[in-house]
Amino acid sequence: MEFSGGKRRKLRLADDQRNACYPHSLQFYLQPPSGNVSLTEFETLAIDRVKLLKTVENLGVSYMKGTEQYQSKLEAELRKLKFSYRESLEDEYEPRRKDHISHFILRLAYCQSEDLRRWFIQQEMDLLRFRFSILPKDKIQSFLKDSHLQFEAISDEEKALREQDIVASSPSLGGAPSGLESVYKIPFAEALDLFRGRKVYLENGFAYVPHKDIVAIVLNEFRTKLSKALALTARSLPAVQSDERLQPLLNHLSHSYTGQDYSTQGNAGKISLDQIDSLSTKCFPPCMRQLHKALRENHHLRHGGRMQYGLFLKGIGLTLEQALQFWKQEFIRGKMDPDKFDKGYSYNIRHSYGKEGKRTDYTPYSCMKIILTNTPGQGDYHGCPFRHSDPELLRQKLQAYKIPPAGISQILDLVKGTHYQVACQKFFEMTHNVDDCGFSLSHPNQFFFESQRILSGGKDIKKDSVQPETPQPKPSVQRSKDPSSTLDSLSSALDMDLEELEELLQ
Amino acid sequence: MTSLRRTRKVVKNYFQHREFSFTLKDDIYIRYQSFNNQSDLEKEMQKMNPYKIDIGAVYSHRPNQHNTVKLGAFQAQEKELVFDIDMTDYDDVRRCCSSADICSKCWTLMTMAIHIIDRALKEDFGFKHRLWVYSGRRGVHCWVCDESVRKLSSAVRSGIVEYLSLVKGGQDVKKKVHLSEKIHPFVRKSINIIKKYFEQYALVDQDILENKESWDKILALVPETMRDELQQGFQRHSNSLQRWENLKNTINKYQKNNKNDKCGPWLEWEIMLQYCFPRLDINVSKGINHLLKSPFSVHPKTGRISVPIDLQKVDQFDPFTVPTISSICHELDVISTKEEKENGAESDIKHRTRDYKKTSLAPFVKIFEQFLENLDKSRKGELLKKSDLQKDF
Repeated sequence: MEFSGGKRRKLRLADDQRNACYPHSLQFYLQPPSGNVSLTEFETLAIDRVKLLKTVENLGVSYMKGTEQYQSKLEAELRKLKFSYRESLEDEYEPRRKDHISHFILRLAYCQSEDLRRWFIQQEMDLLRFRFSILPKDKIQSFLKDSHLQFEAISDEEKALREQDIVASSPSLGGAPSGLESVYKIPFAEALDLFRGRKVYLENGFAYVPHKDIVAIVLNEFRTKLSKALALTARSLPAVQSDERLQPLLNHLSHSYTGQDYSTQGNAGKISLDQIDSLSTKCFPPCMRQLHKALRENHHLRHGGRMQYGLFLKGIGLTLEQALQFWKQEFIRGKMDPDKFDKGYSYNIRHSYGKEGKRTDYTPYSCMKIILTNTPGQGDYHGCPFRHSDPELLRQKLQAYKIPPAGISQILDLVKGTHYQVACQKFFEMTHNVDDCGFSLSHPNQFFFESQRILSGGKDIKKDSVQPETPQPKPSVQRSKDPSSTLDSLSSALDMDLEELEELLQ
Repeated sequence: MTSLRRTRKVVKNYFQHREFSFTLKDDIYIRYQSFNNQSDLEKEMQKMNPYKIDIGAVYSHRPNQHNTVKLGAFQAQEKELVFDIDMTDYDDVRRCCSSADICSKCWTLMTMAIHIIDRALKEDFGFKHRLWVYSGRRGVHCWVCDESVRKLSSAVRSGIVEYLSLVKGGQDVKKKVHLSEKIHPFVRKSINIIKKYFEQYALVDQDILENKESWDKILALVPETMRDELQQGFQRHSNSLQRWENLKNTINKYQKNNKNDKCGPWLEWEIMLQYCFPRLDINVSKGINHLLKSPFSVHPKTGRISVPIDLQKVDQFDPFTVPTISSICHELDVISTKEEKENGAESDIKHRTRDYKKTSLAPFVKIFEQFLENLDKSRKGELLKKSDLQKDF
């Protein structure tokens, strides 16, 4: 693919050519895309797909797949992000192209480790399962054919010969063998998930799969192909990574936070220092609550804790002056010399507010960042309690926070399944007495914001002014150019100056 | 005009990349043996005198050089799909013997296992080249050698074993077979095979309803509500055959009354399956690198030779008449003496080694050679097909 640094150029194709490119609303991504795409579009596509896949993951944990709620929420997200999912009367070319290219971009980012691959394959499979399930019957055969899947629908005579056996083998078919729908004949090894549980009729090395069960096969095929493709991609990755424009993007894409950065909310100064203690028990996420408690008890926090908690406080509205006062007061209680504080610690606080050094206005850490980086050690209180606490210890903490036992086991189950942020969402729901927190947690400041919203009855907050999931353009004056909002959030995730990033990309 | 593209008769280095393992005296175990050719293998065997010889996978490199290969590059690539059926896995349902012992009364379990498994491998999975071998003591092995099968992944192998499994649970599980309402054709066909042997095997030879101690085990497999009536019924009859009829009638009666408990033919089949259906060891079959005893090797404890079993005569196979190494040696001596008398000269080594065909091993060797011939024909057929496709005109 070619990357142009300038404005994005839309491919202009004649209508029937456009439709021929993408004949279906879903695909197996067998062919890589060709053509040109701008760097900006490259990032947008990638970030949008990461958002989509994260939603898929979240929904998959919160709802049973295939239920109405799951389906409608997933459809809403697909529509919002403008990805293809179902045939409509509108021009399907753009959403399908977006789907195609973004998938291949993410392959570059997610092929790099076993964990990343597993995650990527799982979400892409769930996405495909959904799209396939809403595909109308008459489109299925043509889709399968176009995807070069070796699925041969058997003739009526063949069906009649084996009807009893096929019906007796497939739990998905009812009792009476009346009006059997299409049956596909495929090599048995491709129907692994079906034949291992004796859920399909086998004859002479072939599985006779009724239409209802074809999804399992399709997904198996997809998983196998994608798995192989990712292995191949990983091998050719060094060549891609040597392209300096792409290297920083790809390295951080899988860890990137794609939501609001919570650095300037226009609420600076709205919090007073004496509110913090009560806020910490009512509105802080557990990670910050434990940091605050440790600070109050020990009159000290190590560097990792100061960074995580300090930036969080900035995000909830503490000004630089307030922050300096806050930390100094507490450290002095720990018998620290005020001069030592001024010399050693205040510089760092001013630095994180962008008043020293290269004057980067550092943004509060997202959940991803807290979970994945800077693992806490002995004597540390930072990190994510759901990720970094030993389960027994976590149970005790939750008991101390007065979470009911049923809630605790739900949370611990989620932790066991490595769904740390969803566990924190559950915690939010329990402590705020709501059934559905109504948001997808990805940032500690988001927790705080949503908590305040509920506790203040939602009166002070206007509905349209805040959308936690979409990145907002920064109103800051430092930028000379007019970057897209996506680059903003990317640069904050990288803790880089936007100018530095653009230099890298040129 | 281009000619037919030459296709290899044999995959390059297939034999050289095959792993063998030897178990020597005092249980010294040597893995990753490999050889250049038959002669090298023979020489090494004569030199080391292994007590056991196992065959493993075909690897990416010569196994005896695996230490020189870059980490992660030495991989098992192909292996026959194998099954191991061991009589000790049936100790909970056979009354005549236990652990390493076998007798003619329980050998029927192996007969049934071979029929059931072989039918499925052939008719359901379409596997053409299946070699069944007596393990030398208390079980049988199956080697599936189709070319495509050798390349199957571990996941698919596990799936095949799962498909073939019906008896689930260890010592702590009383009822090990649970049938769903819908009976899969594999299960139906297996039950039909068992039916042919059940009366003689279970009701006569094993006598599973002989006395209270033995029939209590069967009663543990039926719903509680039936047990009292069955106890009484069994007391009134005098042998297993009668009691089994009584059991069937009682079950049928209950089916008409109770919709909740599992009854009807399902219950009867579940009992039959628990007592007769094959029990496979998944670990043997799923690993591509798993080693298995070589056919024709000598069993160190019994001296019996692991001979192939004639699939046309499974019911007649008798493990107790399988030749032992001593009996073969004896036969060879007799032949050699006879030949000396007839030819008046000392038979040379070459002559002697071919004499195994004159011993009781002969019919077994014939089975093996037939098997190999079929495998060869198959391969030639495949090659012809491939070269037809590649023909240039």
